[in-house]
Amino acid sequence: MQATETILYNRAGQRVVSPDYLLFEAPRTKHFMTGSEAVKEAVKRASVDASVSYPITPQSEAAHLIGELWVEGYVGVYFRGESEFGVMSEIAGCAMAGARCITTTSGPGTLRAMENFPMWAGTRIPVQLVLMARGINSPLSIQPDNLEVSFLLDTGCMIWYAETAQDLFDMILAGFVVAEQPDVHVPLITVVDGFFVSHTREAVMLPPDDIALPPYNPYRAPMPVIDAEVPPGRFLRDPFVMKSNYISYATHASWQWEVRAAIERSRPYAKHYLRGLVEHFGDPEADLVFVACGTASAQAKEAVRLLEDEGIPARVVKLKTIRPFPIEELREAVKGAKYIFVPEFNVVGWLEREVRRYLYGHSNAEIIGAPRVAGGMTMPAEVIVKEVLKLTGKEVKHVI
Amino acid sequence: MKRRRVNIRMPALGGQGAVTAAHIIATAADYEGYYAVSNPFFGAEKRMAPAESYARIGLEPIYDRGEVVYPDVIMVFHPQVITMGKSYTMPFYSGIKKNGLIIINSEEDLLNEEDKEYLESLNVKIFNFSATKFAIDIAGTELSTNMAMIGALFGIMGCVGLEAIEEGIKSRFLKKFVASGGTASLDSALERKFKKKLELIEKNLNTAKAAYELARRWAQEQGIEPFLPRPQEVVSK
Repeated sequence: MQATETILYNRAGQRVVSPDYLLFEAPRTKHFMTGSEAVKEAVKRASVDASVSYPITPQSEAAHLIGELWVEGYVGVYFRGESEFGVMSEIAGCAMAGARCITTTSGPGTLRAMENFPMWAGTRIPVQLVLMARGINSPLSIQPDNLEVSFLLDTGCMIWYAETAQDLFDMILAGFVVAEQPDVHVPLITVVDGFFVSHTREAVMLPPDDIALPPYNPYRAPMPVIDAEVPPGRFLRDPFVMKSNYISYATHASWQWEVRAAIERSRPYAKHYLRGLVEHFGDPEADLVFVACGTASAQAKEAVRLLEDEGIPARVVKLKTIRPFPIEELREAVKGAKYIFVPEFNVVGWLEREVRRYLYGHSNAEIIGAPRVAGGMTMPAEVIVKEVLKLTGKEVKHVI
Repeated sequence: MKRRRVNIRMPALGGQGAVTAAHIIATAADYEGYYAVSNPFFGAEKRMAPAESYARIGLEPIYDRGEVVYPDVIMVFHPQVITMGKSYTMPFYSGIKKNGLIIINSEEDLLNEEDKEYLESLNVKIFNFSATKFAIDIAGTELSTNMAMIGALFGIMGCVGLEAIEEGIKSRFLKKFVASGGTASLDSALERKFKKKLELIEKNLNTAKAAYELARRWAQEQGIEPFLPRPQEVVSK
């Protein structure tokens, strides 16, 4: 008997394909575009049901471009929120009603919406937030600076960090798949550095746009979805959660553990769809290691090239995920390291803290939280090299 | 000296199209087979305020992001970058590399003796030409200044040809393109002014071509070698 093949199409008429096919197997062609445009291309292939935007300064064009997709029929619902707080609340409503959702924000907008992020995690909605990190200093900064990420580390959301527009495109698609696994089902914040990725134009390899991810199935969620039988906010309204008694305390304590456990359970899925939680660059034997994420890892890669010219072997361990933190991968990667540099685009060195925390008792390397720039500064590779030479004291022909 | 990378810094004034220029430059270089990246840097946008954008062209994948602190090429889009210090760096040529190039959109020589002495010590070549006059004469609008600057750059660099420039300009005006929120509305205003998009492209192309040829001749007179070898392997995988 001949088997019949069922071909599924999504709302936009795109052929539904498996995430593996879309991410790894579909033929790709080269396009030249900005990080914001790469967001649009990812959303176009992600069978997205809803997006809410707020036209804040600073912003990228990403939210606007998702609006164009809605006009073209690729996104089910699209509207403008009253503020960033409104956006993040409204998108939660969409997600609780069973929609696959994505939105974007940055800098002060992120902080304004802050209360919502732990709420997203607690309600177990797999919303995706593309965060194009900008400064959060007063007076208002609109330049790249990723301090805001340190505020998000313990919200119960997964945090992934993209280095390039290509990373961002692939991560957005992989992100929906991982976040929507029934045993994960927590929100995902996909971070890129504002300007350095959002506004930078580069080559991106894209699969065809007539295929897309399978639509989200909300009935696989660990929480009841709002439908004809479940009224809005049933979970939030359950009477015991706001009482002063041990059932209430235990509920809140165990649920917070559960949200974090859910992030842990995302590891095998993230490993598969991101092809590993870390990326290696440079001389695998080098005892000088840069541990970095985002643009800092891009700059460190350039520094590795310059150091190579000077006869100093070095390598980069790029962290693709921050929550979950690639603990085992990092410990394995820095075996034999003598110096670990953590270059960062913020004043506090939140990644250095994380690296120290997870390497404590696992590495004898000297960990150096440098170089560190902030407030919108660029981190030229030459500055990284200078920092290295200061420590190693090696004589070199020239730096700049 | 063999370069593997050319880093270009474009100090300009808001509204001159330096962001667009960087994107066209990178698109053209990408078309020619090089690795290329462009990015702008601006604050709250306004006309006549300093704005900078950057393009990087190379023979291997480019990771470097952000402002170009050590440029091989500086393209000064407006005399005020020099005369009024409308630049992110002071002096505007800070960080320029040995054997570098500076293109200045000005009819007059704006550099003082000290500047010249320093730049000469680094063997930096200076190409003074009025891109704005080129734009007005050929395209009929000073808005095409950036096209003349692009043409001059590639004319001197000698490794990205006219076909690639044409491709870069067409991709800017024929495809959906977003430089910034304000640019979208500017685009529709421009379209009305020029009536036809193709006419606009034609004028822009002619401006770029004329500047390319002028600069090419100058580079040959100066004995300037092509800035990069031919791309060994084309990027399209």
